[in-house]
Amino acid sequence: MTDLPRATDKKLGLVIDLDTCVGCHACVISCKEWNTGGYGAPLSDRDAYGAEPVGAFLNRVHTFEVTPEEGPAMNVHFPKSCLHCEDAPCVTVCPTGASFKRSADGIVLVDESICIGCGLCAWACPYGAREMDPSEHVMKKCTLCVDRIYNDNLAEEDRIPSCVRTCPAGARHFGDLGDPMSDISLLVAARDGMDLMPEQGTKPVNKYLPPRPKVGDEQVDLAAFCETPHAEPQGFFAWVDRMLEKV
Amino acid sequence: MHPATSIIVFTVCSGAGFGLLFALGLPALWGDAPSGALAWAGFILAFALSVGGLMSSTFHLGHPERAWRAFSQWRSSWLSREGVLAVVTLGLAGFYALACIIGLPGAAILGPLTAVMSLLTVYATSMIYAQLKTVDRWHTLLTPLCFLAFATASGEIIVGALRAAFADGPGIWPLTAALSIFIAWTLKQRAWRQGDARAVAPVSTTESATGLGFLGSVRLFEAPHTGPNYLLNEMGFTVARRHAEKLRFFAVLVGGFLPMILTLMASSGLAPTVTLVLGSVALLAGLFIERWLFFAEARHSVMAYYDRRTA
Repeated sequence: MTDLPRATDKKLGLVIDLDTCVGCHACVISCKEWNTGGYGAPLSDRDAYGAEPVGAFLNRVHTFEVTPEEGPAMNVHFPKSCLHCEDAPCVTVCPTGASFKRSADGIVLVDESICIGCGLCAWACPYGAREMDPSEHVMKKCTLCVDRIYNDNLAEEDRIPSCVRTCPAGARHFGDLGDPMSDISLLVAARDGMDLMPEQGTKPVNKYLPPRPKVGDEQVDLAAFCETPHAEPQGFFAWVDRMLEKV
Repeated sequence: MHPATSIIVFTVCSGAGFGLLFALGLPALWGDAPSGALAWAGFILAFALSVGGLMSSTFHLGHPERAWRAFSQWRSSWLSREGVLAVVTLGLAGFYALACIIGLPGAAILGPLTAVMSLLTVYATSMIYAQLKTVDRWHTLLTPLCFLAFATASGEIIVGALRAAFADGPGIWPLTAALSIFIAWTLKQRAWRQGDARAVAPVSTTESATGLGFLGSVRLFEAPHTGPNYLLNEMGFTVARRHAEKLRFFAVLVGGFLPMILTLMASSGLAPTVTLVLGSVALLAGLFIERWLFFAEARHSVMAYYDRRTA
């Protein structure tokens, strides 16, 4: 049944640091690479080298421009994937039971063998976290790399989602958000982690850490840091220096 | 939202089919169940419209061969409930049709039951859309009200035409149809006005979608992909909005004024078969425009992530 579990033992999810993300899209590529060979049908592309390429991705990086009332605008790179919501509307709308939320760890998954490809779950998701595979015609979504995080065949440091493992900036964190003492829960608390579209009532598990405020209003004179410190010549060289000035 | 032809055909035709079953079933309450040629024509048309519409909806699926699985999740899913209710209603309507045609007893119970179940089926169809918090224009009580009003109006005008052609005349049906058509388009006007107000102040904005609203106004600077994707193809449909006003006018003209004038002509005894058949065709044609707009004008919250804020 596509009823949601009343509560989950764990709330596995991601924490994404918008202050640190450099917008390199490495997480997008590593996600695609892992998931095209991992759980479920490959993530296909159509017309990959043609004029109108289109393909399924589970993670996308937007870049937003934020303009405050006063002061200069800032750019924020913004990776977006499934938020593994506690009150996931994509699960309850599914007519076949293909879409489900695991009671053990809270991961939202699709059983592709019974997905009819109606697309209603993608309509129900406010975040655009689900994409229909253009070749297999089944719904694809972030699995939180369920085939990595419990995989004993991988080295222990690799048992985290592919996007987290690959992020060169350390902007992505993985852990149990249901445990208030876990590292990422503490991180969320310390950095005022936030929900996306709280008004949709989905109770997302994944949290986003807002960009840190820029320190102070005064303009920092960066050029000053570039000036090579230059010591006054001493002794013999000071005498040569003075003589040459006079010539 | 992308206005898929299969879904427009599905909602208009199955709405008219179940509306017709409603209009065929209800009169059994006062002993006026259809019989003879009227029953044959009525039930064949009702089944053709409802089953044809349901078949059309499966063209929208990536895996139509697995469609039977959609009957399983009725506890949580409106799409599943719609499927279950449609099958149960069609089953009941089948027995009711047999009772009417062969003259078996039970029509007095089966008729009203078919009528009620038909309305429930249309309600379930409308809730597939109305349940979605992600689409401001759909997430309103007016969505089921409009679907129900249009379905009953379609059923009433069609049953009037059939009674004019195959029985002793259309009776009161042209008048009730005219009233239903008026109510339906009045509700639709309210839905359009409510939707326009919500379009100006959407529930989810780029600020709430990114959580960055506390820093200032937010707009998309660089898209995550240079080409189209599933999300933009399915939910980024904006072509129609420029012509929305004109299309609304045509929808009301063809699906509202025209059938109302024709039903009133029929009720005053002016060639009822011809006017009611023309009226039915006009109403359905108007509903195709209305349903196309229902999808084309609807904005999904995910578009907040793609909003460039260009004038």
